Amino acid sequence: MRSIRLCAVVIAALLVAACGSSGTAGSGALTWWHNGTSDPLKSLWQSVADGYHAAHPDVTISIDPIQNEQFQTKVPLALQSDSPPGLYQQWGGGGEASQIKSGKVLDLTSSVSSWIGTLGKAAEGWQVDGKQYGVPFDLHVVGFWYRKDLFGKAQITTPPATMADFYTDIDKLRAAGVTPVAIGSKDRWPDAFYWDYFAVRECSTDVVKQSIKAQKLEDPCWRKAGDDLTALLARKPFQDGFLGTPAQQGAGSSAGMVANGQAAMELQGDWEPGTMAALTEDKDFASKLGWFPFPTIEGGAGDPGVTLGGGDGFSCTTVAPPSCPDFLKYIDGAEVQTKLAAAGIGLPVNPDAAGALKDPTLRQVFDFSRKATYIQTYLDIALPTNVGQALDDAIANFVAGKGTAASVAATVGQAATGDK
Amino acid sequence: MRRRLELTLLLGPALLLFTGFVLVPIAVAAYYSLYDWQGFGALTDFVGLGNYWDVLGGAVFQGAVGHNLVIVVLSLVVQLPVSVAIALLLNRKLRGRAALRLIVFAPYVLSEATTAVIWLLILQPGGFVDQALTVLGLHGAIHQWLADPQVVLLTLFAVITWKYLGFGIILLLAGLQGIPRELLEAAALDGASSWQAVRRVVLPLLGPTIRIWIFLSVIGSLQVFDIVWIMTLGGPANASTTMATYLIDHGFKRYEFGYGSAVAVVLFIICFAFALVYQRFALRRDTEGAMG
Repeated sequence: MRSIRLCAVVIAALLVAACGSSGTAGSGALTWWHNGTSDPLKSLWQSVADGYHAAHPDVTISIDPIQNEQFQTKVPLALQSDSPPGLYQQWGGGGEASQIKSGKVLDLTSSVSSWIGTLGKAAEGWQVDGKQYGVPFDLHVVGFWYRKDLFGKAQITTPPATMADFYTDIDKLRAAGVTPVAIGSKDRWPDAFYWDYFAVRECSTDVVKQSIKAQKLEDPCWRKAGDDLTALLARKPFQDGFLGTPAQQGAGSSAGMVANGQAAMELQGDWEPGTMAALTEDKDFASKLGWFPFPTIEGGAGDPGVTLGGGDGFSCTTVAPPSCPDFLKYIDGAEVQTKLAAAGIGLPVNPDAAGALKDPTLRQVFDFSRKATYIQTYLDIALPTNVGQALDDAIANFVAGKGTAASVAATVGQAATGDK
Repeated sequence: MRRRLELTLLLGPALLLFTGFVLVPIAVAAYYSLYDWQGFGALTDFVGLGNYWDVLGGAVFQGAVGHNLVIVVLSLVVQLPVSVAIALLLNRKLRGRAALRLIVFAPYVLSEATTAVIWLLILQPGGFVDQALTVLGLHGAIHQWLADPQVVLLTLFAVITWKYLGFGIILLLAGLQGIPRELLEAAALDGASSWQAVRRVVLPLLGPTIRIWIFLSVIGSLQVFDIVWIMTLGGPANASTTMATYLIDHGFKRYEFGYGSAVAVVLFIICFAFALVYQRFALRRDTEGAMG
């Protein structure tokens, strides 16, 4: 009996202690969470913060670099707490839509309206129901990065434009003793790049937009995407044991294989050369790389000018000092954008900075992205997080031999209606 | 009065920590698990036990439980006899015993993350293991260690064994130290062979240590996470998913915190039920007195 009373006292004390603490909001300091844990991005963001502080001495910015994958766990917890960061990395789409339910993400619509137009279509990915809850600072475009030397070895003179060409080239590369395509299927999302691209080639842009909005992939074109993936897998284009290969970690990753000339190409984002730099001893690897867009499919209903991509951005929270939106304007201004482009971090969202893209291949990717008729955000980001991840898992399972073209397309509707 | 003061002073801090960091989170997780909740905003979508039905009825979770059970069974069938045998060997007087003990125990000192990264490099296609097998003329034994759904779970078990074997051996060595020399001398005087002495004297006296090892091993196998997450992320095609990786995949990657909480509660109940039953039937004699 005595011990029960003791327990009650302890628990009561604990509850009082828990309720007593509350966050301090609205001080002049801006806490900034970004994913630049290593250089060049880390010191670049620091210089951006210093530059803003020099011009606005009343605003102090304290930076907290956080490893990319940790955002998935840290942001929900922070937004649920009383003390979220003032500014944090934001990828837009369905993930942003989920985060808004916390009530702690700041609606930027009126405060950025004067300049957001300069970013063009890029900013749309950070809107939810027409309101701007985040702002991108760079753009990403997915396409094939290939080794010009290995293509030459297989006597391929021009990169493939159609899937039929692509298959011919795979056979040529195999015949030349080269692994045609590297893929990091362990991480699952690289598998989704293929399926997503097949989908936007088979489905018209209207169908894609409507289906994502309804969270139902019912048009037969979605099933064709799976059939196309089956056809690709039947050609065995990938390296041995690709189901266990990571995408970006270590020289044995898919990016490392291309960087070291062990595979001829990889379907990846524009960040690929930056990722490769750390994975190879070859200082000259960038000059051996070329880029071509995802091939077109004969008879596909999709617009061949559609590109798969996304970008990185930031959101302010309701605890941020009033200067937060102005800081975003500074980040998207020509000065910072030029620095970002010169450092090889993504493609600039501000077209005034395009001249700073040093790498001619990246410049080619940038020009391509400006000409794209539509940039489709990666489907896992465009859809709500739970649905997008369910789709990625279904695609990864499909690549590993489990499931059908129809079941992959059906996953989205099932996940959206609460099926786990 | 003084007794009460002593109790409060001595038990208070520990009880406070235990309540705050164990009981309260469990209660909160149980509460969350009754809602369909994305981790943002108020808990409004009450679904009762719906999440639990989804968890228990889901093929991937059932597969995960199966993978955990495979690791439990393999641990008992493979690791236990090997640990006992090596411990008996290292308990004898032999040259280089200290060095051997150090080598056997070394992997246990590494963190799980370090272990996983080391083995990722060793096991990559064309890596150390594949080359070693080629040199030995065992080319046919080369598999896609982490990419073949049929093989991946066994590969992970081998890595887990590499890491945790040393711990079992040290535990058993400590148990062997506690067996009085006189008993073995008496057995020898009575004409027992060394095998008979091991079977009839050493193993029975090692019982409490073995039972504790089994307890730790089973709980550890049910909760295995780090090595699997780093090496395979539960793939390919969920072939190496465990209950803990399933929890992270659904709770955090998919922002399904209510559902993830239900998985956590199920995992907790499984471990807790095992602990209670094992305590009641296997460990009771060993802990008599200590628990009285």
